[in-house]
Amino acid sequence: MMVFNPVRALGRGVLSLLRSLGAMTLFASFTLRALIGPFFAGQFVQQLGRIGFLSLPVVGLTALFTGAALALNIYVGGERFNAESFVPNIVALGIVRELGPVIAALMLAGRVSSGIAAEIGAMRATEQIDALHTLTIDPMRYLVVPRVLAGVVVMPLLVLVADVIGIFGGFLVGVTTLEFDPTVYVRNSADILERWDVVSGLIKAAVFGFLLTLMGCYHGYHAQGGAQGVGRAATHAVVSAAMLIFAANFILTSMFV
Amino acid sequence: MTTPVKIAWKSVTKRFGSRTVLDGLSLDAHEGRSLVVIGGSGTGKSVMLKTALGLIAPDSGHVEIDGERVRPGDPSDPGLGQIGMLFQSGALFDSLTVWENVAFKLLKAHKMKRAEARQKAVEALAQVDLEPDVASRAPRELSGGMLKRASLARAIVTRPAILFFDEPTTGLDPVTADVINRLIVRQVRSLGATAVTITHDMASMRMIADEVAMIENGTILWRGPLEGVESCDNPAVCRFVRGESGNS
Repeated sequence: MMVFNPVRALGRGVLSLLRSLGAMTLFASFTLRALIGPFFAGQFVQQLGRIGFLSLPVVGLTALFTGAALALNIYVGGERFNAESFVPNIVALGIVRELGPVIAALMLAGRVSSGIAAEIGAMRATEQIDALHTLTIDPMRYLVVPRVLAGVVVMPLLVLVADVIGIFGGFLVGVTTLEFDPTVYVRNSADILERWDVVSGLIKAAVFGFLLTLMGCYHGYHAQGGAQGVGRAATHAVVSAAMLIFAANFILTSMFV
Repeated sequence: MTTPVKIAWKSVTKRFGSRTVLDGLSLDAHEGRSLVVIGGSGTGKSVMLKTALGLIAPDSGHVEIDGERVRPGDPSDPGLGQIGMLFQSGALFDSLTVWENVAFKLLKAHKMKRAEARQKAVEALAQVDLEPDVASRAPRELSGGMLKRASLARAIVTRPAILFFDEPTTGLDPVTADVINRLIVRQVRSLGATAVTITHDMASMRMIADEVAMIENGTILWRGPLEGVESCDNPAVCRFVRGESGNS
C-alpha cells in the first residue's frame, strides 16, 4: 500500500521548481547570447506592432479604471485623517511608481505571453521550428530575440501611456465626483512627481517586458503534445509571467526606495 | 559501382528517459543513391533522421556528412547547408505566403533580393507541377497534396546535395501519394542528390528506393538493394513488407 509521504512530496515539488527555474535561466542566457549575430529586423518591427500598438486599448482602459478607483479609495482613506487633499499626489505616485507598470505588465502577460506561447507552441507541434533549423536559421534568433527585444522596448512606452491615462482617470473622478478644482488637481499631481519616480517605473516596465515575453517564448518553445500541449503552454506562460512580475516588482521596489 | 559515403550514422545511441530509441545504430548513405529506411512505428526512424539534421543530439556515437561530424543544435553546420528536407506535416510557415515559404532560405540565409527570390520560388513550384498563381496563396488555402508539393519545392529550391523525406506520402490518398512519389524520383534524379526517405508506405519504397534498410528496436536489422526486399532475403523484412504481424 502506498503511503503519502509529505516530506517526499515537498522535496519533489522543490526539485521540480528548481529544475524549471534552471531551465528558464538557461533559456534566458541562450536568448541573450542570440542577441549577437544576425538580426531579423522585419520580425522585430512586426512584434513591436503586435505587442505594443495592439495592446494600447487594453492597457489604456485598465489604467483609466485603476486610476479612477484608486482616487475613490484614497479619498475614503484620506477622509478619516482629514487628508482628502492628498488624493492627486497619492494617485500620481501610486500609478507612476507601482500600478502603471504592474497593471500594464499583468494585462500584457494575459494578452502577449499567452499569444506568444500559443504561436510558438503551435510552430513546435507542426515541426515549423525544426523546419527553421533545417533552413539554417537559428530559431532563437528568428523567433525569440525579436519578441523579447520588442517586449523590452515597447513596455516602457506602454507604461508611459498607462501612467498618463491612469492619472487622468483619477483626475476625472477627482473633478467630477470628489469636487476637486481641476487646476489644483493637476498642479498637485505634477508637483509630487520627481524624475526618478517616472524613470524607476520605466525601468520596471522594461524588466517586466523582458520577463513576460521570455515566458511566452520559453513555454511555447518547450510545448509538447499537440493542441493540449499548446493550451498548457499558454496557461503556464501567463501564470509564470505573472508570478515573475510580482517577484521582480518587489525586488525592484526594494532597490528603488 | 559504389559511390563514396555521403552520410554515415556511426554507432548512434539515443535514449529518452529509460527508453532506448536508437541502440548503437550504424548506417551509411552513398552519394547520388536513394536509401529508403523502413520500419514500424516507434522504431526510431524519425529520431535517426533528426540526429543527421542536428535536431537531436545522440547520447553516444555521431553522424558524419562528407566525413565531417554533424554539430547538434547548430544551424550554421556546413553539413546542414547541403540538406533539403520534406517534413511529414509539410511544416510550411502559416504566417507567410507559399512563395515566401519556398524562398525562405534564399531570403533569410542567402539574403537574396525579394524579386529574384520570388522568381526562383516560382521556378521551384513549377518543378513540382504547381501553377504560378499558387505562389501568392497562404498555406492554409492548399490541399494536402499541394502542401506536400510546396514543401518539396522549398526543399529543392537551393538545389541541395542531400534530400531527406520524412513519411512523404502519409495522410495522402493513393493517387496523390503516387504523384508525390513520382515528383520525388524526378527531383532526386535531376539534382543527382543523395536521398534518405523514412517511410512505411511500401508503394513509396518500391518507387523511390535504390537501397532499403529496415530498422527495428533502434538498430538496422537488414540492409540491401530493393531487389533483396522483393526476393525476401530476410524473413522479418519480408513479413513487414507483406504487412504480416509474424504471429500465427
